[in-house]
Amino acid sequence: MPIFNFDAFVNYLFNSFLIGGVGVTIGLTVAAVIGGLCLGMIIALMRMSGKPLLAFPARFYIWFFRGTPLLIQLVVIYAGLPLFGIKLSVLQSALLGLILNEASYMAEIVRTGFLAVPKGQTEAGWSLNLSRRTIFWRVTLPQAFRLMVPPLGNSINGLLKATSLASVISVEEIMRRSDLLMQEQFQVLEVYAAATIYYLILTSLWDIVQARLESHFGRSVPAAASAKRLGFLRR
Amino acid sequence: MNNPPVPAVRLAGVMKRFGDFAALNDVNLEIAAGEKVVICGPSGSGKSTLIRCINHIEQHDGGQIVVNGIKLDRSADSIAQVRSVTGMVFQNFNLFPHMTILDNCTIAPRTTLKLSRAEAEARAMELLAKVRIGDQAGKYPSQLSGGQQQRAAIARSLCMQPGIMLFDEPTSALDPEMVKEVLETMKTLAGEGMTMICVTHEMGFAREVADRVVFMDRGSIMEQGRPDEFFGNPQTDRARQFLSQIIH
Repeated sequence: MPIFNFDAFVNYLFNSFLIGGVGVTIGLTVAAVIGGLCLGMIIALMRMSGKPLLAFPARFYIWFFRGTPLLIQLVVIYAGLPLFGIKLSVLQSALLGLILNEASYMAEIVRTGFLAVPKGQTEAGWSLNLSRRTIFWRVTLPQAFRLMVPPLGNSINGLLKATSLASVISVEEIMRRSDLLMQEQFQVLEVYAAATIYYLILTSLWDIVQARLESHFGRSVPAAASAKRLGFLRR
Repeated sequence: MNNPPVPAVRLAGVMKRFGDFAALNDVNLEIAAGEKVVICGPSGSGKSTLIRCINHIEQHDGGQIVVNGIKLDRSADSIAQVRSVTGMVFQNFNLFPHMTILDNCTIAPRTTLKLSRAEAEARAMELLAKVRIGDQAGKYPSQLSGGQQQRAAIARSLCMQPGIMLFDEPTSALDPEMVKEVLETMKTLAGEGMTMICVTHEMGFAREVADRVVFMDRGSIMEQGRPDEFFGNPQTDRARQFLSQIIH
């Protein structure tokens, strides 16, 4: 009996049930990125507001969601919320957990991005009598965003893989479908090797998108582009 | 008798603290419209803080600041009014690095003054030509030399048509060969009747352009006078000591 059944591996690689899971993984990731970034932005602004009434809850949120495992958060949301009369589907629970968790990381990325924009930029905006909104949207945000792209990309890469934890509450993404296939024939390595390939394809595609984003947002910056330097540190 | 003309800037008993440190300690200063004042003094003497309080980039803790007759209280309205008549040039230029030079110059006229793009660009191009970098309008700040960036920053300020220009060590971050071009631009402005308040160590510029030199130390104005008086016959020991250190 061969140690690794290559034909079975190839079969799993083109298994339509598994490929369907890839779509779910992508959907979960995209939704969590969008939701997490929006919520994270709000939390970061609360934390930077200088108003204790807003800053303290934001700090607590970040502390809590970064300080506990996503796995536990998912299980608590799925099993715990019904006790309070909130009934969410499996997919809704997973999305909520991923968004809440991701937002805590995004909030710190957003905050550090804003902190890295020199104070002189805001002062120049004041001296030109720009409104607070104009300074935020046209001066600081675009510069902060450029600094956020590398760590955001890193976080999104992590999120792509973290969606596999949603399998424990039976969301049928790549991991869960691999588990189900595995239980049919017990070809453990063959199934998970196929799943591995899919994760690698997804993260590689994301690497390409991220490289494009970094060069796009770094275009007005001289040769010693900070985005490139951060990119170097990330690896 | 006519009423006396409203001074461009009047500071009365201005105080500013950073924690325990008194950056400004009872500063009184009156600057007439069209006057050119150079503020000098050792580092940490409060000269930058002083001009940063004038357009409320720093908020003073006590005393009165009145600019063109507008009293700076803490209201957004008074701050906006004062900022609409003042322009500021920073040591590090503080151009917006993600915008072209032209966009740097048009953002404030377009968003704050609600000028059309065409009007704002026409005004910007005229002023960029005046500071002799009209051909750089489409470039990003990082593609310009330091001297060109500072002149772009001056043009950006002028696009808001301020009557009072505040210069916070405008040549201190420049390579020596670029200092002259920036000072030339400032002299041109001075010749046009602009009220100018310059924190600078360029004593040649002070002698040539300033109506008055103000010497500060430890948050207070120690002495002030016409440049020939101040340089020729400083009254205080602190000023004599300072001048002996910077004039070689």
